[in-house]
Amino acid sequence: MTPQRSAYTRRTVLKSTAAATAVTHLTSAPAIADDGGTSEITLSVNGQRHRVAVEPRVTLLDALRERLGLTGTKKGCDRGECGACTVLVDGERIKSCLTLAVMRQGAEITTVEGLARGEELHPVQEAFIRRDAFQCGACTPGQIMSAVACINEGHTGSEAEIREWMSGNLCRCAAYQNIVAAVADAAKETPR
Amino acid sequence: MRNFGYTVARTPEDAVRIAAGTRNSTFVSGGTDLLNLMRDGAQAHDHLVDINRLDLAGIAVDRQALRIGALARMRHVAEHPLVRRESPVLSEALLASASPQVRNMAAIGGNLLQRTRCGYFRDAGSACNKRVPGSGCPAITGYNRGHAILGGSDHCIATHPSDLAVALTALDATVHLLGPDGARAVPIADFYLLPGSTPEREVALRPGELITRVDVPRTSLAAQSRYLKLRDRATFEFAVVSVAAALQMTGRTVRDARLAFGGIGTRPWRDTRAEAVLRGRPLTETTIAEAGRVLVRDAKPHNDNRFKVELVQRALARVLSELGGVR
Repeated sequence: MTPQRSAYTRRTVLKSTAAATAVTHLTSAPAIADDGGTSEITLSVNGQRHRVAVEPRVTLLDALRERLGLTGTKKGCDRGECGACTVLVDGERIKSCLTLAVMRQGAEITTVEGLARGEELHPVQEAFIRRDAFQCGACTPGQIMSAVACINEGHTGSEAEIREWMSGNLCRCAAYQNIVAAVADAAKETPR
Repeated sequence: MRNFGYTVARTPEDAVRIAAGTRNSTFVSGGTDLLNLMRDGAQAHDHLVDINRLDLAGIAVDRQALRIGALARMRHVAEHPLVRRESPVLSEALLASASPQVRNMAAIGGNLLQRTRCGYFRDAGSACNKRVPGSGCPAITGYNRGHAILGGSDHCIATHPSDLAVALTALDATVHLLGPDGARAVPIADFYLLPGSTPEREVALRPGELITRVDVPRTSLAAQSRYLKLRDRATFEFAVVSVAAALQMTGRTVRDARLAFGGIGTRPWRDTRAEAVLRGRPLTETTIAEAGRVLVRDAKPHNDNRFKVELVQRALARVLSELGGVR
């Protein structure tokens, strides 16, 4: 499948926002896609609302990558074991390969693309660079999203605690030592 | 994944009605097990009824029981102050399960209904009496390291993977259900079925029934409880053997005990005979060892899991020693 490159110009964003507003009532309708056919849903990602047409079987991960062109979220195992697809939904970290896009209408989704403010990286992103917390980089977006949540949850009291609460994210290069150091660093800089 | 229809239910009654009126449908809450089962072809559904918008996520308490809504997420139950204080075994079992991400997604009702990790069940290319009744059980003569040593039959020796179910079994929880014929409550001891000649029937749910709530009795016994999970990795792994134990002492004497086990039985395994060995007697290495021997008295180990007979007795000894302050 050729991923559609979405060019997010100011115009398309405004258009999709307007469209989303106009059809808000649909998201509270009692039933959609009764027959398994494609239906239009609204996903709120990194503060922007997007209309996407999906079959019920499309995971949130595939909707983000293939329909919205947000390829920062990675597809590793596609079965909830590696954590590469970790995103935040309403502030909580989840594995986007284990949930359907249609189940996430009305939720606020944050992907790795939504962390930086313009050119200014998120403190966790800065810490990963400073601590050299990645090698091939495939697991890194998931590690970073999980780390943001881990810090918000307050599970950074010790190296052992960080390791336990980051255990849903695998790194096949085994950069764990530096990942733990980066999470500990960022936790110190992040006011809770 | 084969496609399916999808409906969002608004009320529990709505959910049950939609499910009853839709062929080959099932409920979806977190979806963390269901989506993998459907990807693997271990389970197929023509329709999913999304129950996430039902008002069943609350955790309430009254004089008798802690009442956990079926849509409460694993994380929120594990972190609930009252759960941690009055039933630590529940919190510990939940925190030993899955990963932080999955614990944010997976709901309590779905956790109880997750399917076995038996590799033959999960592989649509293998025979499996649970998936295709009558097709045979390759695990009995094949690779069975993760399988049961108690409660098996000639048709199935798969274990149930839920840590929470083991803890709830130790605490005599009750599962509340709503179905086309109304509401009913089932003690967790009757909720999980032995495989016998019908391993495809794992739970006492009738067609179209929805788990709405799990009640855990509030007892002083439950406050002295813990969960020990032994696994092949330090974390993020299913149990090889696990023990949920609650112990109430009067001085050096056991006043009451509750013991349930994961990884060794074809369902969350309660052993009241082992509990009886301890009740009214001093907690010593001797009585603990006796309880362990009673537990594995009828064990039928297989080629790859003989070690579980010894391992579960050691796990039991460790939990009881720590809870009862022996040594």
